[in-house]
Amino acid sequence: MTLLAVERIKLFSTRSPYWCSALALILGVGLTAIIAGTTETGHMSIGLTQLGSSQLALAVVLVMSALAVTTEYRFSTIRATFLAVPNRISALVAKTVVVAFIAGVLGEIIAFGSWGIAKVMSPTSDLAINTGAEWRHVAGVGLLYGIGAVLAIAVGILIRQTAGAVAILLVWNMLLEGLIGIIPKVGVKIQAWLPFQNANHFLQLGGADPAEQPGAGIDFKLSQWGSLAYFAGVAVALLVVALIVAKRRDA
Amino acid sequence: MIQAVRLRKHYGRTKAVDDLSFTVKPGRVTGFLGPNGAGKSTTMRMILGLDTPTSGDVTIDGKYYSELKQPLRKVGALLDAKWVHPNRSARSHLKWMAVSNKIPVSRVNEVLEIVGLTEVAHKKAGGFSLGMAQRLGIAGALLGDPEVLLFDEPVNGLDPEGILWIRQFMHRLADEGRTVFVSSHLLSEMAQTAQDLIVIGKGQLISQTTTEQFIADATQDHVRVRSPHAVKLREILVAHGTVTEDAVDGALVVHGIPAQQIGEIAAENQIVLHELSPQRGSLEEAFMQLTKESVEYHAH
Repeated sequence: MTLLAVERIKLFSTRSPYWCSALALILGVGLTAIIAGTTETGHMSIGLTQLGSSQLALAVVLVMSALAVTTEYRFSTIRATFLAVPNRISALVAKTVVVAFIAGVLGEIIAFGSWGIAKVMSPTSDLAINTGAEWRHVAGVGLLYGIGAVLAIAVGILIRQTAGAVAILLVWNMLLEGLIGIIPKVGVKIQAWLPFQNANHFLQLGGADPAEQPGAGIDFKLSQWGSLAYFAGVAVALLVVALIVAKRRDA
Repeated sequence: MIQAVRLRKHYGRTKAVDDLSFTVKPGRVTGFLGPNGAGKSTTMRMILGLDTPTSGDVTIDGKYYSELKQPLRKVGALLDAKWVHPNRSARSHLKWMAVSNKIPVSRVNEVLEIVGLTEVAHKKAGGFSLGMAQRLGIAGALLGDPEVLLFDEPVNGLDPEGILWIRQFMHRLADEGRTVFVSSHLLSEMAQTAQDLIVIGKGQLISQTTTEQFIADATQDHVRVRSPHAVKLREILVAHGTVTEDAVDGALVVHGIPAQQIGEIAAENQIVLHELSPQRGSLEEAFMQLTKESVEYHAH
């Protein structure tokens, strides 16, 4: 608990988490507002409310989480941290827990914020959250952010430099996994096992308009919750590697 | 007490620290002296568990740093004043450190008062001058009221007032019975600060002794003599002591014979003297002499 308090003080005594959170909120909810504003009256759907949160704002959350570690390396405060807490694994796990929790809460705020603004702007559309799939689609964004934060922190610990870590995360999430689908025949099969594609799979609504959902056309072998567990597994595995490296490496 | 036993740190083929053994005693200021690149900072990082030694070990009162439960209460360190997030206020910086070691947060205000930063405590550390950053670093080191204090080049870049403040401060800490270990590449600075000296060069121990002893050994008195009959004088003086020639102006440099006696010898032999001046060797000269072999990068 002490270490969680320490990481909370550290995180909230700098400005970047506030800026990143605000940016994620504006981008996520903003995109939904634009979509809602340009969709024909009464045609807004729940599937359209989360494109901003699950695609665009997620990237900002990944950056924020990576920054939480890379700035510590950038300004050598990681050394001050390791002097105060020589058990490096505890210190880094505490940081991961705090950042993942904040990312999760932020995810819920953005997801329901997006849903809310769509409801306000397009009151005649059917945006009621009734089914389990609909709840998962909206409320699941927070889980995605929390797991994404763990993955981003692992990359941050391994790379240590902001530019490198951010470039890897953005290219991986926004470009690489999508582009692999272009490879004939095998591409789609590989995609079924890529972490961010599985994250998209978890959110898929199914039913009426699956073609519009991110991750459409991929033949996933896992159930939707299985895909989430797989995404989490990849993030935790990467974190374990990062912790081992951080423990062995000279600070 | 800090004890290093056969400490080594190799980076590939570079031996940053090579078979270094020493002890740092409580109640005294111990200087850690060596030219730039001698391995001082690497040694300090190993003491604090930031770097892992290639072999050998270093302990604080018999324990590794990583074994300390609340290390800031045992050891305070200032290795680099810039290890602060520039957007974080001085108070927030000290606060997270205090919380991490279960030090009462009220102690933050105390140490800010001690180093004189109370008025700027809410300001961002990124805007601090080097002197202020150095004070903030010292505040951090004092936070846990530790028995052992490590400072790496604490006076680097400080103005004379700041240097004097730090010097007096370290003496006060040692007088309170604490172990104070401070590194520097300036012997003149150490001569005024440290009671004991550990001198290293190229990662190896050159000497461990009291500062007094070190200076006495290093700066032998000698006498400069100039004479139109230098050759003859030299022949006579060699019988009484050692005589060398100053490389610059060719004056005789005599060790082991007091100026008074040289004058008498010259008079007896009717030799004209143009100069007869007792010299005291400078500390810096002595230090350069001592570490000449072990300086890593020479200017040519």
